[in-house]
Amino acid sequence: MTLVKEAPARPAGKRPAAPAAGRRGRRRENLAGYLFMSPWIAGFLLLTAGPMIASLYYAFTSYNLFTPPRWVGLDNFTTMFQDPRWQRSVEVTLKYVVVATPLKLLLALGVALLLAQSRRGQGLYRAAFYLPSLIGASVSVGFVWRALFSDDAIVDRAQRVLGVDVGGWIGNPDYVLYALVALSVWQFGAPMVIFLAGLKQVPRELYEAAEVDGAGALRRFWNITLPMISPVLFFNVLLESIHAFQVFGSAYVVSNTSCGPADATLVYTCYLYQKGFKEAQMGFASAMAWTLVVAVALVTAVLFWSQKKWVHYEEAAK
Amino acid sequence: MTTATRPAAPGTGRRAGSLAWHAGALLVLAVVLYPVIWVLGASFKPSKDIVASLDLLPAKPVWANFSGLADGISGISVSSFFVNSLMYALLAVVGVVVSSSLTAYAFAKIGFAGRNLLFTLMIGTLLLPYHVLLIPQYVLFRKLELVDTLVPLVAGKFLATEAFFVFLMVQFMRGLPRELDEAARLDGCGHLRTYWSVVLPLCRPAVITSAIFTFINAWNDFMGPLIYLNTPSKYTVSLGLMMFRDQEGISDYGSMIAMSLVALVPVVAFFMAFQRYLIDGMATSGLKG
Repeated sequence: MTLVKEAPARPAGKRPAAPAAGRRGRRRENLAGYLFMSPWIAGFLLLTAGPMIASLYYAFTSYNLFTPPRWVGLDNFTTMFQDPRWQRSVEVTLKYVVVATPLKLLLALGVALLLAQSRRGQGLYRAAFYLPSLIGASVSVGFVWRALFSDDAIVDRAQRVLGVDVGGWIGNPDYVLYALVALSVWQFGAPMVIFLAGLKQVPRELYEAAEVDGAGALRRFWNITLPMISPVLFFNVLLESIHAFQVFGSAYVVSNTSCGPADATLVYTCYLYQKGFKEAQMGFASAMAWTLVVAVALVTAVLFWSQKKWVHYEEAAK
Repeated sequence: MTTATRPAAPGTGRRAGSLAWHAGALLVLAVVLYPVIWVLGASFKPSKDIVASLDLLPAKPVWANFSGLADGISGISVSSFFVNSLMYALLAVVGVVVSSSLTAYAFAKIGFAGRNLLFTLMIGTLLLPYHVLLIPQYVLFRKLELVDTLVPLVAGKFLATEAFFVFLMVQFMRGLPRELDEAARLDGCGHLRTYWSVVLPLCRPAVITSAIFTFINAWNDFMGPLIYLNTPSKYTVSLGLMMFRDQEGISDYGSMIAMSLVALVPVVAFFMAFQRYLIDGMATSGLKG
């Protein structure tokens, strides 16, 4: 974590403009700034802001790519809210987010606590645990997952040893979503390294003081570690839940492109893909996309609002 | 130095603690690496054994799965998928490094009007679900007749839409000693010169982190190619893998698994070479959020 120590963050916008002073200098700074920023500005206008507005418009139209969009008012939204498959996709996605995110973060924090102790081979473990986060999104791993969780494969047989026989997870509508949850949890390495960096910044003296006062390990974790890493925890909860809302590739590949069986892995993006790119219902798909944006914005807002109650920032304490 | 748990007592207690620690870590490691080792072993098994046999490693390794790859698939050689993926990934890396570092320099080192507003907008795009851009961007690129080319996949990279990397580089540049670039400016260097000769070389760790993540993300990218590429000869590795599934059926399971393994090799190799940069870069971005 050397980067963290070498690079104390400075507040933005406090820096005086470099040597050139006066109005002419300021104008030159502005010009230079916008020139350097020009790729981003072009990208923001052409690929982010413009498309967002277009997509908002499409959401109120019937549009199949081949004939011009036709204004239909709220039709897409009313159809969508009554569409049983849309409801199904919401249910599947919520279940996925609510189950996968806490499990993944719990494992990430647990392993981070383990790795925060200096032991031999620590760096090697850290690297190995991080690897799944890099390959987890690939089609290759999707295939591997499909194989490992299919009927008669390792997970199924291990289960039968324990006396539970579900006949493989991939073909079972009640279980297949949990194979996806497992794939998400398997990628706990990314939040883990962020927890680890947070743990390393907790001042050692706090633990020593608490120990002198006779606080046990659990007590120290609850009263020192958890509050001290709460900003990092917040960051992880925010990032991981937003990512989980947007899952696509793993559901598509593990379900063999069907997002099934019986729509059991019909995550939101999967349905959006089917509607937009298979059925060419661009209007409906845009309405779905905007509904998701609103939902994610609400979740983000609630998380930011809740952080007052449980996130402790050092600056605030000073 | 232990963190949250009790400091180990000297002598036997310490050794027992160390043993327990390694036992715990190894247990997690076994579960985490199981799928990776499984695919390694499975690619050397005959097709019919791959799912059925529980042995992690093949009884008798066979090369048939890999030699099957040499035939290609539906008349397209496997190497074509790799060349396409490589093109995509390298273009993405060049685009992200150039555009993100220029943008980050403006945010971190130039005091221009409206900087804070634009910075807030840039951070806002980090949290924006990409879905809302998926359809209008497709419509746009379709109108420009750029579907079935790499342009839609890499255009955003050259226009700094990967806000995460801009953010990473801004954070890094803000951490650089201010005296260095101010000295360069006082010596009469323009911003371009300061960026190129002073700031960019000092940002090597952030640049390398961004480059590797971009490479891996592009290599793994599935949805982009799925939406934009239609001609099999232009397919990337991700789509090529899906062709195995579509056309060969279960009979050529072995080649599919072998190609899955081969597709993972560049990512794993990059990771092994640069894991320090990657992990530190990741952790840093999280801490300063």
